Amino acid sequence: MSGSGTGAVATGAPTATEVRNRRRRIGFSTIVIREFSRIIRIWGQTIVPPVITATLYFIIFGSLIGRRVGDMGGFTYMQYIAPGLIMMSVITNSYGNVVSSFFGAKFGRHIEELLVSPLPNWLIVLGYVTGGVVRGLLVGFVVSLVALFFTHLHVEHFAIVAAAVLLTSLVFSLGGFINAVFAKNFDQISFVPTFILTPMTYLGGVFYSIVMLPDWAQAASRVNPILYMVNAFRFGFLGRSDVHVGLAFAIMVAAVVALFASCVWLMERGTGIRD
Amino acid sequence: MRALSLRSLTKTYGNGVQALKGIDLDVEEGDFFALLGPNGAGKTTAIGIIASLVTKTSGKVEVFGHDIDTDLESAKACLGLVPQELNFNQFEKVSTILVNQAGFYGIPREVAKQRMDYWLQQLSLNEKREAVSRTLSGGMKRRLMIARALIHGPRLLILDEPTAGVDIEIRRSMWEFLRRLNAEGTTIILTTHYLEEAESLCRNIAIIDEGRIIENDRMSTVLRKLQTEAFVLNLREPLGEPLLLPGYRVVATDDHTLEVDVNKDQNLNEVFAALSARGIEVLSMRNKANRLEELFMRLVEGRDVASGERKAANGEGA
Repeated sequence: MSGSGTGAVATGAPTATEVRNRRRRIGFSTIVIREFSRIIRIWGQTIVPPVITATLYFIIFGSLIGRRVGDMGGFTYMQYIAPGLIMMSVITNSYGNVVSSFFGAKFGRHIEELLVSPLPNWLIVLGYVTGGVVRGLLVGFVVSLVALFFTHLHVEHFAIVAAAVLLTSLVFSLGGFINAVFAKNFDQISFVPTFILTPMTYLGGVFYSIVMLPDWAQAASRVNPILYMVNAFRFGFLGRSDVHVGLAFAIMVAAVVALFASCVWLMERGTGIRD
Repeated sequence: MRALSLRSLTKTYGNGVQALKGIDLDVEEGDFFALLGPNGAGKTTAIGIIASLVTKTSGKVEVFGHDIDTDLESAKACLGLVPQELNFNQFEKVSTILVNQAGFYGIPREVAKQRMDYWLQQLSLNEKREAVSRTLSGGMKRRLMIARALIHGPRLLILDEPTAGVDIEIRRSMWEFLRRLNAEGTTIILTTHYLEEAESLCRNIAIIDEGRIIENDRMSTVLRKLQTEAFVLNLREPLGEPLLLPGYRVVATDDHTLEVDVNKDQNLNEVFAALSARGIEVLSMRNKANRLEELFMRLVEGRDVASGERKAANGEGA
């Protein structure tokens, strides 16, 4: 097939490389469309619950308790926590989408539809991760709309908001993929979100500034990567952050690269799917 | 050209089970090939490796000349797989499953829809195109997997027990469909437990047992190796006393039924003549099992006997 280049040009037929690239392009869009269709098909599980949860947070923490908390660095408590709550829904939904979709495909064995196809492993990872990003951003957007019912969302640096939410969504979509690869039952796909992700998110500066904490707690918070993501995102909105924004982006980029490489390596090894 | 070539293929699972112990196999383009073996023999592992669902331990696999170690995408593009277990999304519609599968092979949606129309028509699933797949009957689900495997026009189709659990009418119609497909140029590899199916459809055969190929030849050549055939005779009147036919093994399974083993150098005329001479009238006759089934059983039983003898010689317990 690789030798078809010269003759192919003369007859107008696509070269082997063109065929491969077209196959990859259509294959990738098919995975993403399938993931998006799944998100929409089960909207009662994918879109509604995070919106209800976020609404409750806004009512209870922002409106009821927030009034008694007072200002946080020159902003109302509602304005302060809104970016964190949006980010929390992005994190949870990006992770949840990939872990449930990929594990569901493993459990139902329809992952084999992709494994037998000529799509390379990195493209399969990218397809699933894009599905997670789509859901993360979709839910994040809807939660942002909900936030507008409670407060004014001023955007200080739009590019930073966009970059932070995209990178965070990528990180947790990739994390969800790794969880799904190793998971052998449904308990194992809920373990990480329940016992690791939720505590890390709550302790990642969503509801407070770490400068309010004693020194040892501040130091402990700084090993939590979610702190950097939430603060980079909040910096885009409010122009203030507990951490250096450049460092936050460096951590996110490094995490995306390392996690993507790990996902592809696991797929190449066949861990959890070909053994 | 060879559609499939396996060389020294081995697979040892993580738990130490050696499923394949060095398999060599060639399937020519255009062939209708049977890969048979008892449960756990290694058939599904071999197919899994060819289709990239199982990672091989060592050896070489080529699909239409494309080595899966160096040119996996091209090898996979040539291949269609109908697995043993249902493996489509039970919550998706038939049309979605087929169009998506075509997409994974780089076929645009409009073209995929045209191909879907064709294969649904061919497999009598047209009126089910918008049905959610879990609502299909068992036979329809099998046919859906065949349509899915064919949607990208594979040159080599591998079917792992495609007719398991479907009724005889659907099985026969699937046979006709597969014959047509093969006649149109698709190379087919079939595994089945219905040996009548393999004998009826396939031109070449390999029998795999305990991870090794124990027979690999033309179907007709393999069948000629069958030394003895067993026939079941239904008698008009009950047998009065035990029957002896010199040179033949005869067993009366009940008053009206005889089982007679006939070797290659014997013939049925002698049996009928001997029975007539004793005033025994035969109403009907059939093969006890189909010929391939008999040969298969003898090969596999022969392995058990040989293995038992080896163990006895080595002083091993049962």
